[in-house]
Amino acid sequence: MDTELKELYQQVILDHNKSPRNFGKIEHANHTAEGYNPLCGDKVNIYIEMDNDVIKDISFQSSGCAISQASSSLMSSAVKGKTREEAEKIFNRFHDLIIGKLDEEKSLEELGKLTVFAGVKDFPSRVKCASLPWHTMLNALHKNDEQVATE
Amino acid sequence: MKAETTIIENAELYDVKKIREDFPILKKLIHGKPLCYLDNAATSQKPQVVIDAINNFYLSQNANVHRGVHHLSEVSTKAFEDARIKIKEFINAASDKEIIFTRGTTEAINLVAYSYGRKNIREDDEIIISHMEHHSNIVPWQILCEEKKAKLKVIPVNDDGELILEEFEKLITDKTKLVAVVYISNSLGTINAVDRIIAKAHQLNIPVLLDSAQAISHTKIDVQKLDCDFLAFSGHKLYGPTGIGVLYGKEKLLDDMPPFLGGGDMIAKVTFEQTTYNELPYKFEAGTSNIAGAIGLGAAVDYVQKIGQNSISYHEQSLLHYATDLIKEIKGLKIIGTAKEKCSIISFVVDNIHPHDLGTFLDYEGIAIRTGHHCTQPLMHRFNIPATSRASFAMYNTKAEIDKFISALKTVIKEFS
Repeated sequence: MDTELKELYQQVILDHNKSPRNFGKIEHANHTAEGYNPLCGDKVNIYIEMDNDVIKDISFQSSGCAISQASSSLMSSAVKGKTREEAEKIFNRFHDLIIGKLDEEKSLEELGKLTVFAGVKDFPSRVKCASLPWHTMLNALHKNDEQVATE
Repeated sequence: MKAETTIIENAELYDVKKIREDFPILKKLIHGKPLCYLDNAATSQKPQVVIDAINNFYLSQNANVHRGVHHLSEVSTKAFEDARIKIKEFINAASDKEIIFTRGTTEAINLVAYSYGRKNIREDDEIIISHMEHHSNIVPWQILCEEKKAKLKVIPVNDDGELILEEFEKLITDKTKLVAVVYISNSLGTINAVDRIIAKAHQLNIPVLLDSAQAISHTKIDVQKLDCDFLAFSGHKLYGPTGIGVLYGKEKLLDDMPPFLGGGDMIAKVTFEQTTYNELPYKFEAGTSNIAGAIGLGAAVDYVQKIGQNSISYHEQSLLHYATDLIKEIKGLKIIGTAKEKCSIISFVVDNIHPHDLGTFLDYEGIAIRTGHHCTQPLMHRFNIPATSRASFAMYNTKAEIDKFISALKTVIKEFS
């Protein structure tokens, strides 16, 4: 496989695509949102159970490419147990990472596993695939039951 | 029998290597690999003669048409009108008045919807389309139906991706005022039995529009033989430039239609009290046309006729069968669109691999395919899939390219499993 391509499709991404974490629907979710990318048809539903300001539980159901599937999976793991504010902070870092604006070592460390998405910056058409689950998650946190579109 | 012999003779003369030499872009490397361009249903590549015709227009012929009395204006007007005549002959229209230049298929369909549609469609009337239409042959009719409180009816599609014509015969009634269907599906490759649709519609005096965006490059079109009332296509899928297309319409229908856009060139006389419209086809060509585009399309038509439409069809059909046989052997892969009559388009889905991932992997092998819903979302819903991968073959593709595509496809499937 080509090096640039390997950067995009890292093993972690392929693994999460094949066996996504937190996949399914939480019955007691009190915050939900649907995200849709009309360009490629990627669709994601996010279910969150908030306990005051903390994301007590989060899950998703989606159909989409490996990048968006893995992003949903890794996003859900990254924000579980975090406060709304913390989740937003992680998203801002993550977004800088995938558009190639993040280079400080410290920020990379804070992102942990999410750094596997660094390769996305070389594929501008795939940035939306990686960011859709995050936008949808944030939308679920702020407004209830609304569809998010990337276009 | 005679026709068959001719095709086979042509096939022996068909020199794909020589044809490839005519397309400069095919020499390009993508990610260090030779370009293997299998996205022809989206747009075809352009031969040198088309590029030269456009270049030559701007280098030595450029002037506005139908305007000046000066030399260059006469030259450009002649080149522009010659292109119209070439297209008229190419689709065997009865008159060059029936050839209207548009920006493409989409604009041509919109022209009919806005002009013919607004004049002739009334409340409770019905328009029939099919489940395999491109968005450009759905949305203009939806807009019209909403405005006029008319109804849109849809011919269903079977599991092989063929129109269910028995259902069409039930849908069509005395309320039907127009039938607008795709000749060849861009997503499935299905060649529809448009002759049957036209015959049935004409029994009830209902006009038929054919979206021929795909058909124009894959099959010989004779509008008089087909007896369609409107036919729309784009230049860029016929080895011509983008931004130029054609609406063919029967003269009598076009004559009775109000203008689509108002402006220069479409008038005979303008006063503030009243405007008299120009004659056909100029009535529908307001503003300065894409002159270079029309001339480029004329060159493309010449080129296609030089190679021979029968020979091109024969070559494309042999590529289709070769690729279909290889691709259907791949485990976990399903072809979407298995009609008996197909052009050289193969849409497919692969278990556990999203088309976009597949498309990105193939791109790194220099292979260009299309992935997505192909602007046919209702059809994707019909097959309960979000998207497909689509390989589409043109006159310059080879069996060696198909081998490369199949081998890359197998590698991706292995990487993802």
